[in-house]
Amino acid sequence: MEIVTKSTRNVLQPRLLSLRVNGVPRILEVSPWVSLLDGLRDHLDLTGTKKGCDHGQCGACTVICDGKRILSCLTLAVMKNGSEITTIEGISNGDELHPLQKAFIEHDAFQCGYCTPGQICSAIGMIDEKKAQTRAEVKDSMSGNLCRCGANSNIIDAIMEVKERRNHA
Amino acid sequence: MHNFNYAQAQNIGEAIEFAKGNESAKFIAGGTNLIDLLKYNITTANMLVDINHVPEHHLIEEKSDGGVRLGAFVTNADTAYHPLIESRYPLLSKAILAGASAQIRNMATNGGNLLQRTRCYYFYDPATPCNKREPGTGCSAIGGYNRIMAVLGTSENCIAVFPSDMCVALAALQAVVNITGPEGDRSMPFADFHRLPGDTPHLDNNLKTDEIIVSIDLPEKGFDKNYSYLKLRDRSSYAFALVSVATGLELENNLIKEARIALGGLAHKPWRVEKAEDFLKDKEPTMSNFASAAEMILFGATGFEHNSFKIELAKRAIVRNCMMALNPESQQPGAQPSL
Ligand SMILES: Cc1cc2nc3c(=O)[nH]c(=O)nc-3n(C[C@H](O)[C@H](O)[C@H](O)COP(=O)(O)OP(=O)(O)OC[C@H]3O[C@@H](n4cnc5c(N)ncnc54)[C@H](O)[C@@H]3O)c2cc1C
Ligand code: SF4
Ligand code: FES
Ligand code: FES
Repeated sequence: MEIVTKSTRNVLQPRLLSLRVNGVPRILEVSPWVSLLDGLRDHLDLTGTKKGCDHGQCGACTVICDGKRILSCLTLAVMKNGSEITTIEGISNGDELHPLQKAFIEHDAFQCGYCTPGQICSAIGMIDEKKAQTRAEVKDSMSGNLCRCGANSNIIDAIMEVKERRNHA
Repeated sequence: MHNFNYAQAQNIGEAIEFAKGNESAKFIAGGTNLIDLLKYNITTANMLVDINHVPEHHLIEEKSDGGVRLGAFVTNADTAYHPLIESRYPLLSKAILAGASAQIRNMATNGGNLLQRTRCYYFYDPATPCNKREPGTGCSAIGGYNRIMAVLGTSENCIAVFPSDMCVALAALQAVVNITGPEGDRSMPFADFHRLPGDTPHLDNNLKTDEIIVSIDLPEKGFDKNYSYLKLRDRSSYAFALVSVATGLELENNLIKEARIALGGLAHKPWRVEKAEDFLKDKEPTMSNFASAAEMILFGATGFEHNSFKIELAKRAIVRNCMMALNPESQQPGAQPSL
């Protein structure tokens, strides 16, 4: 494995990285300027993570990196060498949908579905953070995920249901 | 994005070494501002030096002088939710949590927050003249659409505002910025860190390009009893401030012993007027006293075609925020304080 340190400082060549994506070790060869989002989509064919704005403004590219929700468009793949990434492809248990996936279906929490992978990854991160409790707090904590179809209130309904169930579990 | 080289620094010395003598090298921390600017070709770099793997400066810790030190590489989220910050500097927690989104706060670092660049629309549009982006080309905002621009401390060269929320609280708390570089270590009072545009609008602050922010010190006094951060913006979350106010008050027998008031969204740096804070000393915390202070703070403010509303908005925001500071409970999420 090539380590990205001094020895490679004057080389623009692609770097070899290792990521653990959805529990599977993956090696990819990327140039330094490839975002994590493009690395996932174009190099690993994980196209569930969406590119909405590519500038940090919409949340469609949200993934969970080392346990935290982040925007994959505003970080470089090379910066995440060695990280553990979870994308929408990795949250179900085989054919058994993740509770948030089920709740999104039950609450009709999408129309076109483009924002949905980011919404769900963001909601997983939010629930794990255990900070937002009330509906108002959840809305604020989810405000980094825009839905241009306007499914927002159903999205919050779906998240609240799963969150409450977690609280009582 | 254009092509650039990339290296991970394993310690501060190595980071400085990587950047030394290379004007086109940039440090990268959370990346939330730098990568955005690189994608638009507003900032260019031939080399990114990743400082996230430096082993030091990842902690928030108490100092022997009673204050608290924030490591530069701690994320904004970890800072806002840190027990020491929530309990002793709740004004700082509130200001951080009023900014950006949860995902961005999980990535953004304390050092990077101080160095984020303006959100002036023309700065972001390489097709238009902008003295900050390209010195000497002119300012498109002065005669253009300037609703979000500054009303205090502007110059004929630039009327941009510095967009950080966190820094408004750091200004009110009189933080100190600790810096290291090829020439050694130095510290700067927060008030001296950011610059007014003057005739050098391309310079946002007094950090040299090869220097690194390593930590930010908070003095002992945290105003944990009477504080408030009010952010007024076009939507109630995930938007930059039109006007924001950080207030810290120290009260004794219903008199103001010490007052700190800092404003965001109005100038090229967080705005504080010590004369107004001195005026409040030994006075009762009343709306009329806060209104007099607000007049002093906005003294000399000059609006442009679309942003004059900010002047009155700021005065009212100061009064409202100082009243809310008397009862911090009033600003718990969901509470709708009205005046
Ligand atoms: C959509 C969006 C909305 C936002 N909304 C808000 C908001 O409402 N309020 C708000 O306050 N902010 C907001 N932000 C800005 C965000 O807070 C900043 O982008 C962030 O704080 C920058 O930190 P970073 O670690 O990601 O910096 P980076 O992007 O990594 O770096 C920024 C700059 O600082 C330099 N740098 C970083 N760390 C150091 C260091 N330790 N020493 C020397 N140089 C360093 C880099 O070279 C670069 O020039 C928003 C951002 C986005 C994308
Ligand atoms: S206000 Fe400043 S940043 Fe905006 S166009 Fe004018 S010079 Fe550029
Ligand atoms: S694609 Fe990353 S935030 Fe929009
Ligand atoms: S469902 Fe279409 S953007 Fe949200």
